Amino acid sequence: MDFTEDQIQRYSRHIILQDVGVEGQEKISNGKVLIVGAGGLGAPVALYLAAAGVGTIGIIDGDVVDLSNLQRQVIHFTPDVNKAKVLSAKEKINQLNPDVKVVTYYDLLTSSNALDIIKDYDFVVDGTDNFPVKFLINDACVQAGKPFSHGGILRFEGQTITVLPGTACYRCVFHAPPPPNAVPTCSQAGVLGAIAGMLGTIQAAEVLKYLTGVGDLLTNRLLTFNAKTMEFRTIKVKHNHRCAVCGDHPTITELIDYEQAVCEIKNQA
Amino acid sequence: MPINLLKTFMSKIQVNGKEQEVEVPISLIDLIKKNDVAQPEMVSVQLNGEFVDRGDFNSILVNDNDEVDFLYFMGGGSK
Repeated sequence: MDFTEDQIQRYSRHIILQDVGVEGQEKISNGKVLIVGAGGLGAPVALYLAAAGVGTIGIIDGDVVDLSNLQRQVIHFTPDVNKAKVLSAKEKINQLNPDVKVVTYYDLLTSSNALDIIKDYDFVVDGTDNFPVKFLINDACVQAGKPFSHGGILRFEGQTITVLPGTACYRCVFHAPPPPNAVPTCSQAGVLGAIAGMLGTIQAAEVLKYLTGVGDLLTNRLLTFNAKTMEFRTIKVKHNHRCAVCGDHPTITELIDYEQAVCEIKNQA
Repeated sequence: MPINLLKTFMSKIQVNGKEQEVEVPISLIDLIKKNDVAQPEMVSVQLNGEFVDRGDFNSILVNDNDEVDFLYFMGGGSK
């Protein structure tokens, strides 16, 4: 790939970065990343990946922008209320960096479309707000051999882990989704807006590390933080041989659409 | 042997990376209660880096110098 003068200028802070350079920027520019959910986490992930010049960014979200989203979903602006989130996100990405090809899916990720959608991408980012889809992303990525970043936020806390084929997966740690309504979502319990940025930018950094091959990914380690104390912790987790999807004797061989919390279904209707 | 027949003594263990002084051996379920874990049926537990099945929370004992991690579901992100 030959960069134009403008591109060399645009990406100069990557290019002068010793571990990245022109070669690393080429890898970023050739990268294809799918972001599931254009919300609190998806917003900073999409903005930073767009700014970095990731070649293709896919965004899937079946929702429209709500006024209550703007407190943290920094890719959506006030005039975007009621607009499809994928369209709002695409417009901002195009303005930020016309180099990026944006593919939008105004849809929910389900067991019937997941494998077909993720197959076109190098890396998947989980920026969803609910456990059924978090487990669906995990299972689909494990089955398809796609690396992905799991992220979750609630109140003042966040957690994230990067999963590559063969490393501990989300299900190794959390086994199965909690019953609907057992664990509150952000819309039920609230979240400090900046937490979404803190976690989303960690996920974006993991994507860029993966694409460039720089550093050690957050694999076999669950990073958690609590913004009240600003304490960060990484907990070593091991691939679980009894894991239902990636263990020695997997019992999950087909993707599952788990039941969602009642309030979330209402929101999607 | 029932837990109440074991000889117990005060010891230091690590819970989520922080030192805690407890009388050991202590069953995982008692340690979960002692740490005010809001929904014990929702927590994932690692004992010395190995996952413990939820069904074993009553029978598994935590001993001197053990490291225990409580991992919680965190679902938010989008809405």
